[in-house]
Amino acid sequence: MKIILNGKKENVQENITLMDLILSKNLNPDTIVVEYNLNIVKKEEWSNTFLKENDSIEVLRFVGGG
Amino acid sequence: MSFYDEYLKYKNFNFNKFFSSVTDNQIIKSINKSKLNIEDFLVLLSPKASNYLEEMAQKAHKLTIQHFGKTILLYTPLYLSNYCTNQCVYCGFNCSNKIKRKQLSLEEVEAEAKAITSTGLKHIIILTGDARKIATVEYIKECTRILKKYFPSIAIEVYAMEQEEYEILVKAGVDLLTIYQETYNEELYDKLHVKGPKKNYRYRLEAPERACRANIRAVNIGALLGLDKEWRRDAFFTGLHAFYLQNLYLDTEVSISLPRIRPHVGSFKPGAIVNNRDMVQFMVAIRLFMPRIGITISTRENSKFRDNIIPLGVTKMSAGSITSVGGHSNKDNYTGQFETSDKRDVNQMKNAIYKRGYQPVFKDWHAI
Amino acid sequence: MEDKLVIGDVVLESRLFIGTGKYSDDKMIPKIIEKSGAQVITVALRRMDFEDKSENVLNYIPKNVRLLPNTSGARNANEAVRIARLARAAGCGNWIKIEVISDNKYLLPDGYETIKATEILAKEGFVVLPYISPDLMVAKSLVDAGAAAVMPLGAPIGTNRGLKTKELIQILIDEISLPVIVDAGIGKPSDACEAMEMGAAACLLNTAIASAEDPVLMAEAFSHSVKAGRKAYLAGLGSVSKYANASSPLTGFLDSIENC
Repeated sequence: MKIILNGKKENVQENITLMDLILSKNLNPDTIVVEYNLNIVKKEEWSNTFLKENDSIEVLRFVGGG
Repeated sequence: MSFYDEYLKYKNFNFNKFFSSVTDNQIIKSINKSKLNIEDFLVLLSPKASNYLEEMAQKAHKLTIQHFGKTILLYTPLYLSNYCTNQCVYCGFNCSNKIKRKQLSLEEVEAEAKAITSTGLKHIIILTGDARKIATVEYIKECTRILKKYFPSIAIEVYAMEQEEYEILVKAGVDLLTIYQETYNEELYDKLHVKGPKKNYRYRLEAPERACRANIRAVNIGALLGLDKEWRRDAFFTGLHAFYLQNLYLDTEVSISLPRIRPHVGSFKPGAIVNNRDMVQFMVAIRLFMPRIGITISTRENSKFRDNIIPLGVTKMSAGSITSVGGHSNKDNYTGQFETSDKRDVNQMKNAIYKRGYQPVFKDWHAI
Repeated sequence: MEDKLVIGDVVLESRLFIGTGKYSDDKMIPKIIEKSGAQVITVALRRMDFEDKSENVLNYIPKNVRLLPNTSGARNANEAVRIARLARAAGCGNWIKIEVISDNKYLLPDGYETIKATEILAKEGFVVLPYISPDLMVAKSLVDAGAAAVMPLGAPIGTNRGLKTKELIQILIDEISLPVIVDAGIGKPSDACEAMEMGAAACLLNTAIASAEDPVLMAEAFSHSVKAGRKAYLAGLGSVSKYANASSPLTGFLDSIENC
């Protein structure tokens, strides 16, 4: 199925969770924040959040700034 | 939060202790600062600072020219009514004084307006005693409606009102509220105001901010110097009050008057004699503290004093003043609120101002 | 003497806030934090680049330092609010530097949108530090909106031009009851020192340190200059007498007319 990850179309397996997606990208869950269809989803809920066709996911992290 | 809370912060402040601790160094520093704080102002009001009066006057002179140019705005009082329900021991309109009472009819108000207009004056201040059932808000509003035809600026000096009442008058064309606290000393205030609605210290104290909230263009406050035996304390609180209003209501123009107590009907003995030197010290100290504040001096002061303070910080003076009801158009002899000292007419006043190298201004404002 | 800066309910010893952008190598950040003595550090939030293998900037910031995420990239209040909520969700505390810039030419902040964002976020419990042009009316609105400090710019961001807006910042210091933190434009330690002498509560800077030949040494220089300026402010600057007795006195008349 297709999802939008950080603005880009991406093909993923059916029935995967947000946590599965994040781990598949080798990301450290403690240093990122995830917005799922414009809603912030807490880390604790990532494992219960099953992705659907056309979901939009933003993964953000802190960078240097002034 | 109102100015009363601010007042309470300093109410029990030991002024004498502070004044005796003021050093020459502090005074010189306060004079030369580009922006003075409330403590600097107090330093400049100290008895010791009167040794630096000339330095303060030089700076006050520069600041006044910088912000106002070499101009003096002229205005005159128009007494509408001397009915009063208050017993203020220092006032000629005191309800226990046996004087003839009168309130102008609207026709008489118009006659007064015509008489004043013929002198060239454009700014007036209308006054009543404190008798809100006789000189009602509605009456003052009606007078304003008539006077608007003759004068671009109408100030009121009447009893303390509610914000909604100020709103009514502002809408009718009043653009300046003058209201004096008389003395900021709460206990003395209670003694001097024997009875009547004016006895409520706090209601009067908060009147200027009610007017500010009613979007009035300008407010003018002051203390009647000499009521409190420590005039420096009242001078300080006047400055504190003006500073408070200016900070909170940036869109209102704040000015102060420096009235000192004058002889009048009744047997009141002032708490202190405020001399010329004291008056000048207060005037230049407030100018240094608040460079843009308007300063008003009335005809309570004599002509020599008034002529000499023109370069020191004053921005507004009354002229051709008559403090009795209807006195501009009618020579009937009603008792005045107080005795004026500078009896010169508008023309003489104009010439005196020119002679000092200043320009008399008759109109500096017109609402459109 | 106790001289602490209080923002929200946090008591700070250091009055130097620093940014973490523009370093040639983020590895120098710990050293810079140490030498600057800063207790507040700004960071930005960005979309993850999955190809970028660089270390996360948070790994270089000691845990006892307070993070001040900014909303850079926001062009309006809604975007700033969105970024602020994301930053808080990332678990880095509830401080937020509101930075709304819709002007790509000068990078000047948008006061109106900044006020709107501050109002929303303060209600949600954020400690809001808005970055603004030194405009008194905007600053007053921010006080009403619930900001914890105001952060006026000394000069356009990243220009290192110094305190070009000095007169206006002085007005904010005099009139605003919140801490005034000079942010942006400070190029030299002497600029920071001057801001502190004027009575600023703190300085926030980034480019001046990051673009120095030796950023670590410059961080130390700023640490000293901010402290020096603060001490000078507390000590009360002396002044030079400008109003000597004139030859034509203005008060001479007092001796020649009757006294009352």
